[in-house]
Amino acid sequence: MAILAEGAEGLRSIPALLRRNAEEHGADPAYREKEYGIWQSWTWAETEEEIESLALGLLDLGVGPGDFVAVIGHNRPCLYWAMVAVQMLGAVPVPLYQDAAADETEYVLVHCGARFVIAADQEQVDKVIEVQAACPQFEEMIYLDPKGLRKYDHTHLRAYRDVQETGRRLRGELGAELARRRAMPGYDDICVMLYTSGTTGKPKGVMLSNRNIIETAKASAGFDHLQVGEEVLAYLPMAWVGDFIFSIGQAYWAGFCVNCPESPETMMTDLREIAPSYYFAPPRVFETQLTQIMIRMEDASALKRRLFRHFMAVARRVGPRILDGKPVSVPDRLHYRLGEVLVYGPLKNTLGLSRVRVGYTAGEAIGPEIFDFYRALGINLKQLYGQTEASVFITQQPDGEVRSDTVGVPSPGVEIRIAENGEVFYRSPGVFVEYYKNAQSTRDTKDAEGWVATGDAGFIEEESGHLRIIDRAKDVGAMADGALFAPKYVENKLKFYPNILEAVVMGAGRDRCVAFINIDLTAVGNWAERYTIAYASYQELAGHPSVLDMIQGHVEEVNASVAQDDMLSGCQVHRFLVLHKELDADDGELTRTRKVRRKIIGEKFADLVEALYGGAESVYTETEVTYEDGRKGRIKATLTIRDARVVPVTRGRMAAE
Amino acid sequence: MKEVGGYLTPDGRQIGGTLMEMRNITLRFGGLVAIEDISFDIHEGEIRAIIGPNGAGKSSMLNIISGFYTPSAGEVWYKGSKRPAMKPYEVARMGVARTFQNIALFEGMTVLENVMTGRLTHMHAGLLSQAMWWGKARAEEIENREVVEKVIDFLEIQKIRKTPVGRLPYGLKKRVELARALAAEPSLLLLDEPMAGMNVEEKEDMSRFILDVNDEFGTTIALIEHDMGVVMDISDRVVVMDYGKKIGDGTPDAVRGNQAVIDAYLGVAH
Repeated sequence: MAILAEGAEGLRSIPALLRRNAEEHGADPAYREKEYGIWQSWTWAETEEEIESLALGLLDLGVGPGDFVAVIGHNRPCLYWAMVAVQMLGAVPVPLYQDAAADETEYVLVHCGARFVIAADQEQVDKVIEVQAACPQFEEMIYLDPKGLRKYDHTHLRAYRDVQETGRRLRGELGAELARRRAMPGYDDICVMLYTSGTTGKPKGVMLSNRNIIETAKASAGFDHLQVGEEVLAYLPMAWVGDFIFSIGQAYWAGFCVNCPESPETMMTDLREIAPSYYFAPPRVFETQLTQIMIRMEDASALKRRLFRHFMAVARRVGPRILDGKPVSVPDRLHYRLGEVLVYGPLKNTLGLSRVRVGYTAGEAIGPEIFDFYRALGINLKQLYGQTEASVFITQQPDGEVRSDTVGVPSPGVEIRIAENGEVFYRSPGVFVEYYKNAQSTRDTKDAEGWVATGDAGFIEEESGHLRIIDRAKDVGAMADGALFAPKYVENKLKFYPNILEAVVMGAGRDRCVAFINIDLTAVGNWAERYTIAYASYQELAGHPSVLDMIQGHVEEVNASVAQDDMLSGCQVHRFLVLHKELDADDGELTRTRKVRRKIIGEKFADLVEALYGGAESVYTETEVTYEDGRKGRIKATLTIRDARVVPVTRGRMAAE
Repeated sequence: MKEVGGYLTPDGRQIGGTLMEMRNITLRFGGLVAIEDISFDIHEGEIRAIIGPNGAGKSSMLNIISGFYTPSAGEVWYKGSKRPAMKPYEVARMGVARTFQNIALFEGMTVLENVMTGRLTHMHAGLLSQAMWWGKARAEEIENREVVEKVIDFLEIQKIRKTPVGRLPYGLKKRVELARALAAEPSLLLLDEPMAGMNVEEKEDMSRFILDVNDEFGTTIALIEHDMGVVMDISDRVVVMDYGKKIGDGTPDAVRGNQAVIDAYLGVAH
C-alpha cells in the first residue's frame, strides 16, 4: 500500500501526531496529573507548547539527531513530554525502569551511550550520579522534582523547569532549527528504544521504528474502536513497551487523555477517581484486587456476605453470557440487574472499573477463576498476547470471543506460524528493527523473512482459531518417564489461591514434580489474625505449621485438578516447601516485570531442591538478600518439607503425541 | 540585643543571625528548680538540639520557648526584641510551631483535617462567614488548602490524606504532627523528641525529613532528642543540659569531647 510507505495518513512520527492533535483536538484534555490533591490537566494545545519548550531547551543543551536520551521515573506528564521532546529533535528516548538497581541502570546507560538523562527525583538523580563515572559519554542530567537537590553540584545538573524556560526564551533563535529537526524523521527511523527486562541474561535494547509504533497503534486502536474521549490511567513502568503503546502510541494516534496518578502508592484511589474507559493491568493487579475483596468480604457482616455470595453466583452464571451477547432468559436478566444495583455496581465503583469499556490483561496467564470473576461483574476484560519485539500486539481477543484459556486471534496485520517444536512465530508491521549493538541476538530472534520467535510454546485451536499458550518453550520439557512437563500450568493453578503469591514448580527430567511456594503476606496475615495465630515476622508466619497445613490443602486440590488433564497429569506436586523469603527482583529471582527466573532460582536454592527430592523432613538454609539500597544481608532458616497427596494416574504413555 | 553574626557550617550552609536568645532563664516549680540560669541562642536557619538525660529540664525549656511556661527569671528575646509573657497561641502567631512528645493529634479527624488545623493562625475570616462558607472564608480555605497540600506532598503522605489519624501507625502519626507544624509555615519549628519510640527505619525517614525541611524552606529548627546518634548527625549546634543546668554548648564534635557531657551521660563516681 502506497500510503503505508508514506506513513499512516502522512503522519510519520509521534511529534507529527502531536501537531495533528493540537490542531484538531486542541481544547481536549491530553494529560491529567493529580498533584497537591487536585487533578491538573493539560489540553493538546498546551501539551504541544510544553513539549516544544522543552525540546528548544534540550536543543540549546546540544541534543543531536540520533542521540539517546535516558528517561527515568514514574509516570508523570513531564516525563512523557520529555520523550516526545527528544523525538522532536530527531533523538531517541530510552525509558528506564525506575526501580532498577544502580548496576542495572549503569549497564543500560553505558550500552546505549546516553549523553543526557532526564530523571524524576532525587532518588533517580542519586542513582545516576553513582554510576556516571562509568559512563564516559554522559554530559547533562535534568531533574523534575527539585526536592533535596538544592545543595547538589549543578555543573552538569539542571531543573526541568529551567530547561523549559530557556527553551521559551530562545524560541525565536532556535525555532527554525527545531522545525527542521521535526521534519526530519522518516517512517523507518527509530522512535524509541526499550530495554527488555530479560528473563535470561543482560537486557537487550529493542529498537522500534516510527512505522512499528504508528502502524501498531493504528491497527490496535481500530480493533477496539479507541477514540478521543477515552481515559487511561498510566501507572505501569514507562520502560515497558505496553505503557509506551498505550500511553503514547495509541493515545497520540486516537487523541485520548492519559491520566497520571499522584504517586505509585495512591494508584488505587486515583484509579477510582478517574474511572478509566480503557484499562490495562497485569494479572497480578487483578489477583491482588480480588484477594482484597475476598478478605474484606470475610470481615463483612453476615447479611452482606450472603448478598455477595448469592449475587456473585448469579453473576458467574449470567454475566459473561450478557457480555458476549449470548441469549439470556428474562428472569436471569432481571436478577442480574438487581445484582448490578446491590452488588456489582458498588463493587465496580470501589475498584474504579465502573466505566471500563475495554480492559486487557497480559504478561502472564490469568487464573480462569479470577478472569471469570471480573467478566461476571460485567467488565469487558480480555486477554492479549504480546512482546516488546512486536510493539506489544501479537494476538488479542475480539469482543464477544473472550475465554480465559486462550489469548485470542492474531491482531490486525499479524501473521502467526507454529513451528515443529510447538514454538510460536509471528510477523507484523510492528516487528522491531533490531537489538541495539547485538546483531547476533537479532539474527537468533528474527529471520531474514521477518519471522520472530516468541520463545513460547502454543497451538492454534482448530474450532475457534484462537492461540493457546502452554508455557515458555524452553520451560516445557519432559519428565524422566517422558510425560509432558509444563510448570507454568501448575503454578498458575496454585497462584489462584489468594494465600499463594508465587509458586515455582520443578520436575524437568525428574521422576516427579516438587514446588517452592511463596505465601501472600496480606492474605495469610489476615487469616492468621482471624485465627489468632501470633507471628513476629514473614519468616515465622511462612513456617507456621497451620500455614503449612493450609498450603498443603491447596496443593492437594491443585493436584486433583491437574490429574484431570490427560496431557499434564504427570505434573502433580509430590513435595513442597514454603520459602522463608519473598521472591524478589532485587535478588534477581524475578524479572522487573515479576516473572519467575527459573534457572536462577534453581541455582540459588539448589540445597532446597535437593532436599525436596531427598527424603528429609526439614532443611537448614542461608540465603543472601539484597536490600533496596543495594546493601546485602543473610537470612537463615530451617524449612519444613511437606509431602502432598497426589492422585494416581494410569497413563498410557503420553496421549497421542 | 547584641548583634551576633551568622556562621558557615562544615557542609557549606550559611547560617543567619540570632533568631531567638534565652537570657539567664530560671524556672522554679515551688521549691523545685527545673532550670537554673541558662542562656543560649538559636540562629536563623540552623538545626539546634537540646539534649540531656531524663529530667534534665529539656521539655521545660521547650515549653518556655513555646510560651507554655513563663520563666521565673530571665528573658526571652525573639527576632530582636524582648518577648513579654505570652499565651502559647500568641507565640504561635509569632511564627513558632511545635510537635509533641506524646502525639497530640485529633484522632477522629483525617490527616488532611489535622494538617489544616495547623493553618488556624493564618485564618482570619469571622465565624459567620466560615459557617456560611462564603466570601472571605472560602477564599481563605482554598489558599490554606494549597499550603497544606504542598506540605502533604513534601512529607509524602498523599496516600493517607483521607485516612483518620486514629488508624495510622505511630511513625506516620509523628509525620502527620510534623506536617501540621509545617503547615503553620513557622519561622521557628520546635520538635519535642521527634524520634521517640521509632524503629531505625522510621528514624532515618524522620531525620531525612527534618533535614529536608531545613534545607527546602530554610526553617530554623530546635529539637529535643534522646537519641544521641541522631542528634549528633543532624544538628548544627547542641546545648547539653543536666539537672537543670547547662553543661555544654557547641558543635556536635565539640560537645562529644566535653568531659562534663560524657560524665552526665555515662555517669561518674561522685
